[in-house]
Amino acid sequence: MTEPLVRPKRKNPLKKTRVPLLPQGVRSRTALGLTEAAAEGRFRLQVCADCAAVIYPPRDACPRCLSARLPFRDVDNRGTLLAETTIRTSTDVYFRERMPWRIGTVQLDAGPSIVAHLHGDLREGERTRLALKLDKSGQAIAMALPAEDTPNMADDPQWRELTCDPKFRRVLITDGRTAVGQALAEACSKAGASVVFVGIADPWKPFPGEEKLRKLERVEIVALDLTDTISVNECAGEYAPRVDILINTAEYVRTGGIIERKGLTVAREELEVRYFGLTRLAQSFGPVLRARGADGVNSAAAFVNLLSVYALANWPAYGAFSATEAACLSAAQSLRAELRPGGVKVLNVFFGPLETEWYQAVPPPKVAPSALANATVRALQQGLEDVFVGDIAEDIRARLAVSPKALERELGS
Amino acid sequence: MASSNLATFAGAIAQGDIAVVDLTHTLTPEFPTIVMPPELGQCAPFRMEEVSRYDERGGAWYWNNISMGEHTGTHFDAPVHWISGKDLPHNSVDTIPPGDFIAPAVVIDISKQSAKNSDYELTVADIEAWEKQHGRIPSRNWVLLRTDWSKRSGREYVNMQEDGQHTPGPCPKAVRFLVEERDVHGLGTETIGTDAGQAFHFNPPYPAHYYMHGKGRYGLQCLTNLDLLPPTGAVILAAPLKIRRGSGSPLRVLALVPRSAA
Ligand SMILES: [Zn+2]
Repeated sequence: MTEPLVRPKRKNPLKKTRVPLLPQGVRSRTALGLTEAAAEGRFRLQVCADCAAVIYPPRDACPRCLSARLPFRDVDNRGTLLAETTIRTSTDVYFRERMPWRIGTVQLDAGPSIVAHLHGDLREGERTRLALKLDKSGQAIAMALPAEDTPNMADDPQWRELTCDPKFRRVLITDGRTAVGQALAEACSKAGASVVFVGIADPWKPFPGEEKLRKLERVEIVALDLTDTISVNECAGEYAPRVDILINTAEYVRTGGIIERKGLTVAREELEVRYFGLTRLAQSFGPVLRARGADGVNSAAAFVNLLSVYALANWPAYGAFSATEAACLSAAQSLRAELRPGGVKVLNVFFGPLETEWYQAVPPPKVAPSALANATVRALQQGLEDVFVGDIAEDIRARLAVSPKALERELGS
Repeated sequence: MASSNLATFAGAIAQGDIAVVDLTHTLTPEFPTIVMPPELGQCAPFRMEEVSRYDERGGAWYWNNISMGEHTGTHFDAPVHWISGKDLPHNSVDTIPPGDFIAPAVVIDISKQSAKNSDYELTVADIEAWEKQHGRIPSRNWVLLRTDWSKRSGREYVNMQEDGQHTPGPCPKAVRFLVEERDVHGLGTETIGTDAGQAFHFNPPYPAHYYMHGKGRYGLQCLTNLDLLPPTGAVILAAPLKIRRGSGSPLRVLALVPRSAA
């Protein structure tokens, strides 16, 4: 069983904050197939399309039949830990700070053997489940977990290095007026966050769910208006050093395409709330998050974007909205590269229509705010980068992978 | 003669014989704007983006880009703002005769009634009672409605309930009386609109907007410091920005008050 994590003490203000260091790793383009799988929490390896050999490490030609057709496929992740080693010294500056570090060789039932980081509850000779994870530098690595869940297993230090678990971390929900914002406040509180700051704009405007939100354990309401640069800067000035996970719950959902909107008032407001809101958050909270990526148990861990799946392909019924979401997705990709030097992950959560008033006329299936919130927290606990919540989001992603053009026509008809 | 009067006037201001009272709220991002149902167009709140502040974006100077709606903060309503005034001549802020930006004012105090009842409606009887005390309202005077609403802030100021806003304002008959019987210059209030919070349910809806602007008269809202003004004798300077075909504008509203009256 893993030693349970203890809530970190308040920081000694005389101590220097550790500079975030990153494990090394430049991978080939082919090997980025592992990164894609790890980003979504899948276990995928190359499987030869000609001779069905499962291949690791990633290659450009099958070592058995020399075929070049080596797509990544979901593979059985079970295996046996053949041998383990504990690294006690290293010249690598990242690992030097984290010694001792256990690694081992796992023989997968599917064929190949893989060198993996080891969970503390796993011993040599035991059965294991392998997971592909993104390390602090965003590279895919393999982590071997016990075959069955063990008590407090998420608290394992090597595991926690790869995840963004809200437990004992301080979370900022940027907009608590929305059903999703409120569901996330509750989910993060339940997941053991030390405190959940919840931003509220225009405090003079009452909103549904307010009373319940204020009563949630460890929830603290803060003044934050994403459309106001001064407000975001002031909020960051006060709270940024105490925010380890930022979840942007700002939403602005309106129907209509580009032509049928009369004028720019709505489009501008949409961009203010979504794209510029994200930009303001990135500029004011980003630098502090990036500097605090190695700040102990409650190090800065993640910047979370909730994105409509129509950021990936425009849905003309909500055409202007989709365009704004696409702008946010593009910004999130930049942000990901900008935060990576700090070991801070950018998690993009994609979803289809929600069970909220702004999608009233859209037929089901729709995603309940609580389902979206729980999926987001799970993705943080798993350290994912991209997650698709609900049937519509998964469907759009699958159709996009097959044919972007076909999807464009289907969404527009 | 006129020039010597003006010199006397300037001297009186310099010496403090005429007090200048600022009736304007500071423009801030937090100041509430009127709330429409979310599917309708909204009035933009005040926003400020720093262009540079003695830094790499501009070495020795500080300046900002600002944005807002025409009806944000302490602001002026032109007749074209309302459908009843849409075809009148000189009905937008750029074409209103500039002389109209300076006019005397009477102040009617309904602060006690408003403290007890957020939905208090100014009646013709209230106006007649005021006139018994202070004389008939002269024509082309601003009527400033003192409610002390400007002393509230946040939720108490906007007072938004499940059935909408609850703030005091004039009843339809009182507005008609002011416009038709007293030929007033316009109506100024401390609340977010010249109309009561529930005026959507009046007949006609928003009577202060409907009748005032229908007769080419003006509105001032989100005023403050009305409690510093005498019932009669103040002169108001209220010149909106010269926006082409503008329906209104944020502005600085000043009251000139003879010291004896203040
Ligand atoms: Zn092969």
